Amino acid sequence: MDSVEKLLIQYLPVLIAAVIAFFLVFSALIGSRLLAPFSIEKQKADTYECGMIPIRSANTNIGIRFYFYAILFVIFDVEALFIFPWAVSFIALGPESFIFMSIFIFILLIGLAYAWKKGALSWR
Amino acid sequence: MISFLVVNPFIDSLLKILSIVGLMTVSAMGLIYLERKIAARFHMRLGPTRTGPAGLLQSVADALKLVGKEDIRPASADAWSFELAPYFVFIPAFMMFVTIPFTLMLNVEMLTLGLLYIIAISSVSIVGWVMAGWGSDNRYALIGALRAAAQGISYELPLVLSVLCIAMIAQSLNLNEIIAQQTIVPNILLQPFAFFLFFTSALAEMNRAPFDIPVGESEVVGGPFVEYSGIRWSMFFLAEYTALLIMSILIVALFLGGWSWPFGEKLGTSWQILLTIMKTSLVIFLIFWVRVSVPRMRIDQLMNFCWKVLIPLALIQIFLNGLILVFHLPTFLLAVSSIMLMGVLVLIINKSMQNLNKNHIVKNNLESA
Repeated sequence: MDSVEKLLIQYLPVLIAAVIAFFLVFSALIGSRLLAPFSIEKQKADTYECGMIPIRSANTNIGIRFYFYAILFVIFDVEALFIFPWAVSFIALGPESFIFMSIFIFILLIGLAYAWKKGALSWR
Repeated sequence: MISFLVVNPFIDSLLKILSIVGLMTVSAMGLIYLERKIAARFHMRLGPTRTGPAGLLQSVADALKLVGKEDIRPASADAWSFELAPYFVFIPAFMMFVTIPFTLMLNVEMLTLGLLYIIAISSVSIVGWVMAGWGSDNRYALIGALRAAAQGISYELPLVLSVLCIAMIAQSLNLNEIIAQQTIVPNILLQPFAFFLFFTSALAEMNRAPFDIPVGESEVVGGPFVEYSGIRWSMFFLAEYTALLIMSILIVALFLGGWSWPFGEKLGTSWQILLTIMKTSLVIFLIFWVRVSVPRMRIDQLMNFCWKVLIPLALIQIFLNGLILVFHLPTFLLAVSSIMLMGVLVLIINKSMQNLNKNHIVKNNLESA
């Protein structure tokens, strides 16, 4: 219980920083609202697009390649998270843990090679 | 020096964070001025000269102008994500200050998982970029945001893996401990390849040249922020320069020995501050230098460089580090392995440059024929 409390107190500044940062942005927006001129004109609120009036909404379909990168990112980021606890303790754990981790990294490299061969990594 | 303030963890950290607000604002303004001045000297221009002595007040004038500027939201924009995006970009950038080691004693709170915390928080701002792009309902903004997301998440991986290389050597994620271990040999000598990885991916994470595809003016006219004006736009700008400062201090802490190297950790606080400031300025100057000297990369080159070159080599570096450290082989082998991987990288870059030139020559010949 004591150690948990200690850990939480350690992260108290993080919470304070988040709250202060929120109020920084908030007060800046309020300050600008008080200082800056505001005139609502219909033309002004048009979307900026080379002076033309845009046709349709801009939120359309997105190329599939972005999803490939996103999926690969999830795989490799989770892998990196697995390596973190190992990286700070593997010398104490000895050669056995190193062998397990190298098998893990090797499998991931095979996965990367597979994605490469399938063309998921090439930007078309 | 700060110890008399430690009465209550709440008040203590509140005071420190409030002082960081001042530091951040002043340093962001200073960095904007310096970047303009340095880039101007590289271009053989003068840069800002009119506002105040040697143009020193240029950033103040810009800030005043931005506060007094009308803040427009396009009629077709998605109100919630458009309004919330500045918060999502700025708050993570500011939160990273919590565990930044200015000196041994001067920091808000040295988290034991500091490195992991910084990596985790720094990637949140990508959400803000995508919100800005999606919410603006503008094609430039949407394309810019998608590029920012693709680039941000891709270069997150080399960043994490290079941090892992350092964590393996230091056996700790606490930044002060990592610095304290570099009193004699800074990590850049042990792991030049990890330094290169971190530097490159930090540039990409910050969307700075040559990785400024998401905000490339000649292609997407400012990327996710086309529709932003006035104070909201300046929030993005402030977050960008805050991130620049934090990443530079982080590079100094991880690779250049932070406040300790080369004089050891028994220095006085003012010496430590001086060392940190000097090394950080050096790194920031390097970043500005890269910006003015290297042309923007193409997006396919960028993604290929990350996924086909940097990530496999980084995984190999982690494997080699593990091999050397777990069997207690001599430490200089770390440097040898890292320099070897650096050599491989140089070979790969060299070869792709040759291919590029060859294609270019062939194309030119075809055009002339």
